[in-house]
Amino acid sequence: MNIYPLLIEMVQVLILLSVAPAFVGWVRVLKCWSQGRSSAGIFQPYRDLSKLFSKDVVLAENASWIFRFTPYLVFGTAVLAGGIIPILSTDLPLAATADIIVLVALFAIARFFTALAGMDIGTAFGGMGSSREMTIASLAEPAMLMAIFTMSLASRSTSLSQMAQAVLSGQPVLRPSVAFALLAFILIALAETGRIPVDNPATHLELTMIHEAMILEYSGRHLALIEWASMMKLFLFSALGIAAFAPWGISQSDDLLPVFAAFLFMAVKLGVAGVCLVLIETGLAKMRLFRLTEFLGSAFLLATLGMLSYFILE
Amino acid sequence: MMPTPIETASAGVLGLLFIVVLAGIFHRNQRLLLPVCFSLASAASLLTAVAGGWAVGQGLTEQVVMLIGLPDLPFHLRLDPLSGFFLTVIGLLAFFVSVYSIGYVKGFLGKRSVTSLVIFYCLFLAGMFMVVLSDDALIFLISWEVMAAASYFLVVFEDEQVENRRAAFLYMVVAHVGAIAILLSFGVLAGLATGFGSFSGYTFDAMRSARFPVEWATAAFLLSFFGFAAKAGVVPLHVWLPEAHPVAPSNISALMSGVMLKTAIYGIIRITFDLIRFFPWWWGAIVLILGLVSAVMGVLYALMQHDLKRLLAYHSVENIGIILIGIGLAMIFTAFKLPLLAALALTAGIYHTLNHAMFKGLLFMGAGAVLHATHERNMEEMGGLIHLMPWTAVLFLVGCISISALPPFNGFVSEWLTFQAFLLSPSLPSPLLKLLIPMGAALLALTGALAAACFVKAFGVTFLGHWRGHHTPHVREAGWMMRLGMGMAALTCLLLGIFPTLVIGWMDTVSEQLVGTGLGTSAGTLGWMWLTPVAYERASYSGPIVFFGILSVVVAAYLLLHVRPGAIHRVPIWDCGFQKINQRMQYNATSFSMPIRRIFGFLFHVREQVRLSPQTPHPAFPRRIHYYLRVRDRFWGWLYRPVIEASFWISRKVGRLQQGRIQAYLIYSFITIIILLVFVR
Repeated sequence: MNIYPLLIEMVQVLILLSVAPAFVGWVRVLKCWSQGRSSAGIFQPYRDLSKLFSKDVVLAENASWIFRFTPYLVFGTAVLAGGIIPILSTDLPLAATADIIVLVALFAIARFFTALAGMDIGTAFGGMGSSREMTIASLAEPAMLMAIFTMSLASRSTSLSQMAQAVLSGQPVLRPSVAFALLAFILIALAETGRIPVDNPATHLELTMIHEAMILEYSGRHLALIEWASMMKLFLFSALGIAAFAPWGISQSDDLLPVFAAFLFMAVKLGVAGVCLVLIETGLAKMRLFRLTEFLGSAFLLATLGMLSYFILE
Repeated sequence: MMPTPIETASAGVLGLLFIVVLAGIFHRNQRLLLPVCFSLASAASLLTAVAGGWAVGQGLTEQVVMLIGLPDLPFHLRLDPLSGFFLTVIGLLAFFVSVYSIGYVKGFLGKRSVTSLVIFYCLFLAGMFMVVLSDDALIFLISWEVMAAASYFLVVFEDEQVENRRAAFLYMVVAHVGAIAILLSFGVLAGLATGFGSFSGYTFDAMRSARFPVEWATAAFLLSFFGFAAKAGVVPLHVWLPEAHPVAPSNISALMSGVMLKTAIYGIIRITFDLIRFFPWWWGAIVLILGLVSAVMGVLYALMQHDLKRLLAYHSVENIGIILIGIGLAMIFTAFKLPLLAALALTAGIYHTLNHAMFKGLLFMGAGAVLHATHERNMEEMGGLIHLMPWTAVLFLVGCISISALPPFNGFVSEWLTFQAFLLSPSLPSPLLKLLIPMGAALLALTGALAAACFVKAFGVTFLGHWRGHHTPHVREAGWMMRLGMGMAALTCLLLGIFPTLVIGWMDTVSEQLVGTGLGTSAGTLGWMWLTPVAYERASYSGPIVFFGILSVVVAAYLLLHVRPGAIHRVPIWDCGFQKINQRMQYNATSFSMPIRRIFGFLFHVREQVRLSPQTPHPAFPRRIHYYLRVRDRFWGWLYRPVIEASFWISRKVGRLQQGRIQAYLIYSFITIIILLVFVR
């Protein structure tokens, strides 16, 4: 048996674990620059994490095992997803574990448990966060599936590796269906990762927070795991978009040089993705909860247009 | 000599009938009756399930002509992979529920006699087994009626409450309207199979060998689909379901929701794929559209409920919808001669049938355990049960994850297969279908996500947080037998989710029988670990890796973080420093679903009022606020109220005939005789 793909698999998971905080740091730095503030540097998330890991856990007296189990589960699904999404190479032994629908469902189970943890303590904030999070997720899901449908039409597959290979082997032309699907995907990714205009990861204002409301009672290593997992989630959604829409530069073999080149390409593309994210976040204000139906409805519409244009034009 | 599967299955059914007699004998000793009868019932169910599984695994088809029946019209039985599959589904859940019942029914001891419960329970099971075993219209309808009547008596078991009697009556009416439609449908098929003068067309064999003209076949299909849809609770014929399921004892609700609805699915598959065989694509489109409507409406109604068992009942509507989506797609693919895709969609549909039986049975059993312990059905009064009933909470959670279609549990596998069937719809030749079918996939995704929201609500409000009621109840964990029954169902949910390839390999004979090709060769190309429908490049899912992958990361993270003994301080709730928190401030079922109610409210009849108490000195400082909310089914007003009013009107008019005077009745008889003499002669 060839041990090389396994090695790349492990390298990829390690990169996910180590680079995800830096990616978030990069986004924060850019945001500070764009808003004329001075930043804490790209490595601040690492310092935050290590501080949280070294602290004791303060737990509400009526917290059940669900509350204590959730951080580990959320972390576990993020790591597993990192082994499946082709970040460095399309030739991953775990790539066949899950296609893109399963990946979405993996994030869904993390969300399911986070929402339960939000209700576990019995505070009003926790329940509010859970209720809103599940509402947004149910609106995002049809749009997500439509985008997946459109993307899978060209590659005839829902496996991410196959999608990436289909893009690489095809002509580098701008296909209208892919453009629509990309737009829809960006809107959905903003909702799924809890960024502005859907949710604001920096807010702790009582009535506007969604994800933060659910994890309000967490502390110590539990909080560290959740924070780390949400950094990985942002990283993974960017990587997912890159693999499906712009995989150029990814390694298709197991040789050392292409894999290393793929790493550099990946870093550049993530940097660009961070710039785009910051442009969106500084350009838009957070939406009211009930305007999100329009936001996610337009994502659904875009994905549907993509599908129609595939059948009509291509 | 080895018994054949059909003999084994018949032995199971006879065993159930034997228990009916036994229950009569043991009537005096209720304390003994309970364990004896229910353990025998569980053995008989298991035996039948094994017989069914055996027939499916071997792909056997056996037929038996029974010596009893009407003169010249003997009963026919047949066990083929399709009926074997449904026997397995029914038998397996009946086994779990029977074990659970040993503990659950104890709660009635000393309050009322449980003999009738035991008798009708066994008749109900026997009826369901016979429905799937029967091979002619006559015994099919007899078994169908035995099943319906037995379940009616089970629903009214606690008959001192008027709502139970009303619900059971509604159930009876809908079941019989459906049964008439099925009877008519069989009449059309039997008449066309051998001509209306002969009686020999009543066997399914005769119908199988006939070729029906398309307009008559359509009439028969529509009639039977109406009848079966009424039984399955397809929107808009679903109204009886959320009334009847919650009021039945919980073990009965588990069986009704888990497997009785599936006999209707069996009927639809049997009539279309096996008896009629050749059909136009739009039959599939009807099934698909009604499936989608049921799925979305079912889950939205469920979100509006705060009665735990009603919520679960509405989820049965949703899941029947998901099953029908698979079957509808299979019908469309069959009509366009795409057998492999039809096999995929059919496998998705019947796999969901099996899954739904397991997790819905589990959830109803869990709801029964909660009901048993708290004597409360309203979720708004519950909370924090995870501390008092830890076992029930874990097992109920397994059911919640499974039904929310989350990996690595079983509900996800069948929904994923349905998505794959949807994604293959571009290979259909019709451009219209190509454009419209993906919308169905989006609706299915919406359903799945809303179901997850609904079960966060159901589990979160029932088991998490603090007790919401006014007085703290004495809650005790469910008994061992109840836990055992639920535990086995939960384990089955997990196994069906992790090893789908093995299950699909086993049940492939069903799609071979019905659509001519199996999925097996493509589902297991890379061994038992990978589920790869159609092709490896197309899509793949590995249940074992997802499960053990997450598990190993969780364990590793846990161990790594516990190398250094970190202290955990248990403190009062922080809640952003808010101090006067009490349990009435928690989110409850109504507040949890408020955003969804606002977004999808146009689908319901919502009445919401906020009123300040009259003795308020100033509107800015209300003493008390009254909140009133009523969410109603629009179908009730659109569809049922006119029918009910019309039937009352007609009966009032006809009722005038009833004078109460003997002279008037003599005149009626006289007129009748005259008319008969004139016209019939």
